[in-house]
Amino acid sequence: MAPLFELCLRMGDSTLILGQRLSEWCGHAPVLEEDIALANVALDLIGQTQMWLGLAGEVEGQGRDADALAFRRDAGAFRNLLLVERPNGDFGHTIMRQFLFDAWHLPMLRALAGSSEPRVAAIAQKAEREVAYHLERSAGLVIRLGDGTGESRARMQAALDALWPWAGEMFAGDGVDAALAAGEIAPDPARLRPAWDGTVDAVLAEATLARPAGSFFHRGGRAGRHTEHLGHLLAEMQFLQRAYPGAAW
Amino acid sequence: MRAPVDQVWAWLSELADPEIPVLTLTDLGVIRDVAWEGDTLAVTVTPTYSGCPATAAIEMDIAAALRARGIERLALRRQLSPPWTTAWITAAGRKKLRGYGIAPPVEGTAATGRVAALLGARLEVPCPRCGSPDTEEVSRFGSTPCKALWRCRACREPFDYFKCH
Repeated sequence: MAPLFELCLRMGDSTLILGQRLSEWCGHAPVLEEDIALANVALDLIGQTQMWLGLAGEVEGQGRDADALAFRRDAGAFRNLLLVERPNGDFGHTIMRQFLFDAWHLPMLRALAGSSEPRVAAIAQKAEREVAYHLERSAGLVIRLGDGTGESRARMQAALDALWPWAGEMFAGDGVDAALAAGEIAPDPARLRPAWDGTVDAVLAEATLARPAGSFFHRGGRAGRHTEHLGHLLAEMQFLQRAYPGAAW
Repeated sequence: MRAPVDQVWAWLSELADPEIPVLTLTDLGVIRDVAWEGDTLAVTVTPTYSGCPATAAIEMDIAAALRARGIERLALRRQLSPPWTTAWITAAGRKKLRGYGIAPPVEGTAATGRVAALLGARLEVPCPRCGSPDTEEVSRFGSTPCKALWRCRACREPFDYFKCH
């Protein structure tokens, strides 16, 4: 498959699946303000999904639009990071997942904003402003909860330890990435690591949390090999379009 | 008959934003271009936030208003680049926001420019009701993606802050 199509799926599927995960909190967050904030971040991510998957459909040229790609593909065709399909867990776990993702998402969008493909650059420039705000929020909460009570600190450390092996995939390139980097369409994923490390280390230090030592990481999401969690998520997200194909309102 | 472009801008300046009706679409800065291409009127609109549900409503409102004015051939274009920024909200729009109880954006404080100060730069937003600078953020988001929830310690009123973006 064309590298540009793959890039659009990798970006759009990660924002879609994380947006769907955050939407699961709607009506369930610990306080109303955080409920609203989670839903608003989800809204931004799903808006970005419409742009990425819209471009994917355009590049593919088979007549599929963003909705067709979101609602009528099975798990094996999704290209999202494994990190974003991790279940929500408690509020702290959701915030830690968000922070690890945002700390990658922002430098990724900043690199894509200079893409040789103008349609990619336009989407990245648009999304970058929103994601800068997401990172501020998730970093702020990691600090407040990490450097908080004994209970909140223990939960944030547990979340960090549990999510750590799912973060490394963000920096592991493959043949698609090499082709995209050669065409200056997207950066080599490994290039984003120093910026991510810098943000993560600064925030964890302020949050009094210990960076896990392990370097093992799971990979496969960006190539369509997913954990069992994605199928369950899709079953709920895609139900309506599967049961009533083409339903509109 | 081709209405003059200035006339079209004047018509568009009567349309209210669907979520913050005190602002017009031209106050908000989302209409980027109006031009005749042969006998087709092309209106270029840019979304505020990429997921903002008002974008579709704005496009429908523009189409309905221009059709009602006799524009038969209309092409609505959505443009992403350059991305919308609150710097495009007009001075009149800022005044209207304040009068409506929404603190206008404090320019130069967008998250994209301050991530270096990730670990706690404090933003000062004057209360739109009493003008006091003694205010605090309650929540990073409010009733729409473009706003945050604040409260005034002086007059005790909560208020929306239109975030700098």
